[in-house]
Amino acid sequence: MIEFIQQLVNGLSLGAIYALIALGYTMVYGIIKLINFAHGDVMMVGAYVGFFSITLFGTNILAAMLLAMLFCAIFGVIIEKVAYRPLRNSTRIAALITAIGVSLFLEYITIFILGPAQKVFPSSAFPITEYHIAGISILNKNIFVFISAVVLMLILQYIIKWTKTGKAMRAVSLDMEAAVLMGISVDKTISITFAIGSALAAAAGVMVGVYYNTINPLMGIIPGLKAFVAAVLGGIGIIPGAMVGGFVMGLLETMVSGYGNSLYRDAVAFGVLILILLIKPTGLFGKNTGEKV
Amino acid sequence: MKGKGNKFFVILVALLLMISLVAGCGGGTSEENPATDAEKIAVGINVELSGGVASYGSNARDGAVLAIEEINAAGGVLGMQLEPIVRDCKSTADEAMSVSAALAGENIVAQIGPLTSGDVQGSTPVMMENKIPLIAPAATAANVTVDDKTGETKAYIFRVCFIDPFQGTLMAQYAADELGAQNAAIYADTSSDYAKGLAEYFKKTFVEKGGTIIAEEGFVKDDRDFNATLTKIRSKNPDFIYVPGYYQEVAPLIKQARELGITAPIGGGDGWDSPDMVSVAGGDALNNAFFTNHYSSQDTDPKIVAFVEAFKAKYDKEPDAFAALGYDSVQLLVQGIKDANAADSVKIAEALAKITDFEGITGKMSIDEQHNPVKAGVIIEFKDGEQVVRTRIQP
Repeated sequence: MIEFIQQLVNGLSLGAIYALIALGYTMVYGIIKLINFAHGDVMMVGAYVGFFSITLFGTNILAAMLLAMLFCAIFGVIIEKVAYRPLRNSTRIAALITAIGVSLFLEYITIFILGPAQKVFPSSAFPITEYHIAGISILNKNIFVFISAVVLMLILQYIIKWTKTGKAMRAVSLDMEAAVLMGISVDKTISITFAIGSALAAAAGVMVGVYYNTINPLMGIIPGLKAFVAAVLGGIGIIPGAMVGGFVMGLLETMVSGYGNSLYRDAVAFGVLILILLIKPTGLFGKNTGEKV
Repeated sequence: MKGKGNKFFVILVALLLMISLVAGCGGGTSEENPATDAEKIAVGINVELSGGVASYGSNARDGAVLAIEEINAAGGVLGMQLEPIVRDCKSTADEAMSVSAALAGENIVAQIGPLTSGDVQGSTPVMMENKIPLIAPAATAANVTVDDKTGETKAYIFRVCFIDPFQGTLMAQYAADELGAQNAAIYADTSSDYAKGLAEYFKKTFVEKGGTIIAEEGFVKDDRDFNATLTKIRSKNPDFIYVPGYYQEVAPLIKQARELGITAPIGGGDGWDSPDMVSVAGGDALNNAFFTNHYSSQDTDPKIVAFVEAFKAKYDKEPDAFAALGYDSVQLLVQGIKDANAADSVKIAEALAKITDFEGITGKMSIDEQHNPVKAGVIIEFKDGEQVVRTRIQP
């Protein structure tokens, strides 16, 4: 039982990070039907911004996170303007390939500027405290990751459900042309979507830095892929689906390593993707709607 | 038909050109031969000075050049001075091969390097063809000196480092005999042949010593979250955890293990040797962690102290294991030249194969019939973030 609770703690922390990244995927997909493969790399950029704000300006972890979110929000908008907007009316595959190009560009430009070696996230920014309760070790960083992820998700839910911007986002997602006719600025709404998604990724990046101590230019690839699976699992384009998908993925991986074989962990994660696509392609939260022709 | 005929003609011309080139080269060298051999012995240093593992190659070169300078200052070998010819193989096997071919044209008696097993593999055919001995400072894969298919020892390929399986054996001995471990868990990097080799031999030796392996788990390159598997290992309560792999993954792994409250000793191999271990995991987490290595610059052996001082005086940096192995490669070659009593590459190779009890910086070694040195390994312990030599184990 102790072991199970410990694995639950491990899984929820990992799941919180996946969920935050998955949200960005799902928001962008929901609005312009683009799998933004550069999303994991935006997370990496966020982690580096957090790293430099701590090492160069000596900020605390919350300020570092806010700075990284702000930076990446602007950065995400620029990516969208430069790389995706000119392709909005071309085929979806063109935009997808561009996204892969942006991903590789971000990875290797970071290697070019900062070098390929990993950087150690300063431990002074987040001193670790361990709590041992009845054989279960919980660290303050587990709590930090979990709580900040939940808070950010609640803020996101609020923005989408109860603000005008959120309403515009939902409208654009539902039918872009009709939204234009209703006087919604589609360009602005898409920019905001990218800004919010990228900011969430940046927050996840800083969390990864705190949680795993090291950051490197290729750190976004694997979590990006896992979060993509999480988004598909929950139903891509559906925000609560991404949250649930993220936590399910985190718990699933943890339980496979903990009770099965650690070597099958990634196989199970990607096996889930295949199963979902075969059985319920719209995801756990997806509604079966006929393809509009 | 016409096209085919043209092609044939082009190939014929190309072949003729090549033959004339080769003939020209041959003529040139035979004329120069007596003059250069009389005063100098050319030693090729074919190492990685750029590319992925540039730090390995440049440190080995520094060690090798230091050794050559020391030998020359002491009067050289057989009355002749050694002349290093340093070339960069750019961390690729192809380049290692062409560099070797170029060096062979410069009448080297032996080649030091390259460093990685793959690059040595690239250089090997050229060395075998020209019958020039190659001494690899740090190529640890078993098939570097032995042909995989025929099981034959490659006559001109030697090395001064121990091979992968040995490290696993060494750590198993240490865990069982010195730390008194009876139950061990293995948590290895399953995406690297190096780590899998270490794990396999650790298991073999540990079981032979009467121990039990209670868990075998794996991680892959670039993994960062080890909590789930560590929690599982924790519940089995092992006396010792063997984690062969590279520092990038091992450092966060050890940190997470300690955070989960695992206090058992943790061991690994030379892939742990990096300053990043301490900066990522922290000195506290690394206490009670041990790894096997070729040598340590912290060793108090007078021979090593003298080497470290000479190296620091010349290069103003700490010599790592690669520098020490580069240094030993040259010293082993010199021993070979002395034993052969001639600066002739075929005779040197024969002499190298017979060397016993050679005293190097990285330990006393004898070359066995597979051209692997039988030598001691060092067990290094982390103590509050410092590497401390625990013991030296002779196989």
